[in-house]
Amino acid sequence: MPLTETGPDSKIEYLSILNEDGELDKELAPQFTDDLLLKGYRTMLLARRFDERRLKLQRSGRIGTFAPVNGQEAAQVGTISALREDDWFVPSYRETAANFWRGTNPADMLVFDAGYNEGIVIPEGARNLPNSVPVGTQMLQAAGIAYAARLEGTGEVAMTYFGDGATSQGDFHEALNFASVFDCPVVFVCQNNQYAISVPRARQTRSQTLAQKALAYGMDGIQVDGNDIFACFAAADDAVRRARETFRPTLIECVTYRLEMHTTADDPSRYRDEEEVEKWEKRDPIERFGSLLRERGLLDDGSLEDMEAKIAETIDAAWDEAEKRIEKAEGVSAIFDHILEQETHEQVRQKQQMSDGLGGVSGYG
Amino acid sequence: MAELTMVEAINLALRQEMEQDEKVVILGEDVGWDGGIFRVTEGLVEQFGEDRVIDTPLAESGILGFSIGMAIHGMKPVPEMQFSGFSYLGFHQIESHASRLRWRSQGRFTVPMTVRMPYGGGVRALEHHSESREVFYAHMPGLKFVVPSGPRNARALLVAAIRDPDPVVFFEPKKSYRAFREEVPDEDEPAEIGPASIVRPGDGLTMVAWGSMLPATLEAAERIAEEEGAEPEVIDVTTLAPLDYGTVAGSVKKTGRCVVVQEAPLTYGPAGEIAARLQEEAFLRLKAPVARVAGPDVHMPYFAREKSYLPGAERIIQASRAALHY
Repeated sequence: MPLTETGPDSKIEYLSILNEDGELDKELAPQFTDDLLLKGYRTMLLARRFDERRLKLQRSGRIGTFAPVNGQEAAQVGTISALREDDWFVPSYRETAANFWRGTNPADMLVFDAGYNEGIVIPEGARNLPNSVPVGTQMLQAAGIAYAARLEGTGEVAMTYFGDGATSQGDFHEALNFASVFDCPVVFVCQNNQYAISVPRARQTRSQTLAQKALAYGMDGIQVDGNDIFACFAAADDAVRRARETFRPTLIECVTYRLEMHTTADDPSRYRDEEEVEKWEKRDPIERFGSLLRERGLLDDGSLEDMEAKIAETIDAAWDEAEKRIEKAEGVSAIFDHILEQETHEQVRQKQQMSDGLGGVSGYG
Repeated sequence: MAELTMVEAINLALRQEMEQDEKVVILGEDVGWDGGIFRVTEGLVEQFGEDRVIDTPLAESGILGFSIGMAIHGMKPVPEMQFSGFSYLGFHQIESHASRLRWRSQGRFTVPMTVRMPYGGGVRALEHHSESREVFYAHMPGLKFVVPSGPRNARALLVAAIRDPDPVVFFEPKKSYRAFREEVPDEDEPAEIGPASIVRPGDGLTMVAWGSMLPATLEAAERIAEEEGAEPEVIDVTTLAPLDYGTVAGSVKKTGRCVVVQEAPLTYGPAGEIAARLQEEAFLRLKAPVARVAGPDVHMPYFAREKSYLPGAERIIQASRAALHY
């Protein structure tokens, strides 16, 4: 019997528009207003500075463990900005920059970081899901949301975020499969930041790219320079348009790098060398975008200084507000809130016991 | 009013809810053209189409995570796990997301889904097709957990579960699927998730059971009444979360004796929880220790020996006599 060739009828493209030297491919570059460009830059810078402050707050014991976004700002702002306000944002736990774009208040985030559920305040009307911590599980929900949106004819799209580690999870594969089988208008955004905590990308998969996994599910996949905000936007914009017009899902792999630790609980010097970090620092997405804005005359030393000052003020004010809210978060009865629509008899009884100082004791009530 | 099996009664509940609320959708493995392997969803895809009765890829986590997404968007999905023994492949979606989303989002997003799954032994099935692990779901905050015992309450409770604003796991005792018929009214019956039912009043002994254990418990109660001259009160716990401690404790305060029957392995099972609560609420009224009749702490045996595992009337009678003569 002769051997015959078979295989996917499409291939994985790699998209880069603004290169490491700040040079722009004018043919591919999406057109934006100056205001929008500056808003994107400001959001990225805010996320970076916010992380720097959070690291200090965490090291001084004021807030708990968090996952820094440092290095991935372009991948997030580039993709999320392709959505309309009525679309759905289904994040994992590192989407600080995307959350800021979607209107999340920095003070709320700090209250959350300090360990209070009350910090989860979803902006009025926003279709933003809260953080999902188990890796990869939220992608299925994005597919289900998108299915419901198609069935109800609302024209909405769902965009979900995850890392390279998540592509090893069964739920990643189930989500892509369901989304494709059922024509779900969903965009899967993989931020390949090279490490799943300490384990490098090469230990997740022997696939040449993560984007090519899309082909196995009969959907489009594309790999983009994740530190290039224009490439991230262009790929996401294309995927969102396809989702809206044809309901077909897309997998986007943003090749990027986490410049900081996975969370404040790990020490990256144990699993990667400084040389590698320095190589990626040269590809810093904020620097790269900033140099283009300078070239276009939208940014100079003076205006950058102003922007930095305003961001510092924003963060100062956010922490002031967060501290006040944390001080007022008295008692523990809030732990019983929002478990079910109506509290059960048992929850009412246990809450009463706790407020009477008999928490955890049952039997002599 | 028709005489229906539990399978037919559940089918009726699904059909009526889908007719009156277009947000109700069914999804799972083989639920469409095959009508479900127990025929619970028979005829529904013909009536409601493939967008609302969805044959999914074979993936439990996929089915549940996808359902959670639909529920977040405002639909009322009723996913089916073909057997509860396969639900563990999607357990994390129930624990990590369905039970937590209301809490995690401070009330912004809710998951009004009802996960149906057949459970329990007694039908000579394969490994993983016969187990009873209710404690996994009853132990989870943010989730309701319902176990009907017969056609009539299966229909009424399933309707209540589908209309409930929170996620519900709905355990269907497959041994009772076609074992007997009951009259089920054509029109909606009001049902409430939570309250236990006193299905046989009495004052000599309290017997507590749920799901597949109810028929054997009722049989044992009749024999005890005849042979011991004590009238057992039998309580059907139709909801394991939230558990109706009040009805059980109220009965035991009257009778002073209690036997709790569960199909699950003994250790850490719901019977232990009920016994602990009774010694808190009725300690001075108890005339005998609370007896538990349960499966042993082993895996459900292959089917040739499943009867030796399953609690039956004889074991319940033995425990009841011990409680009466303590």
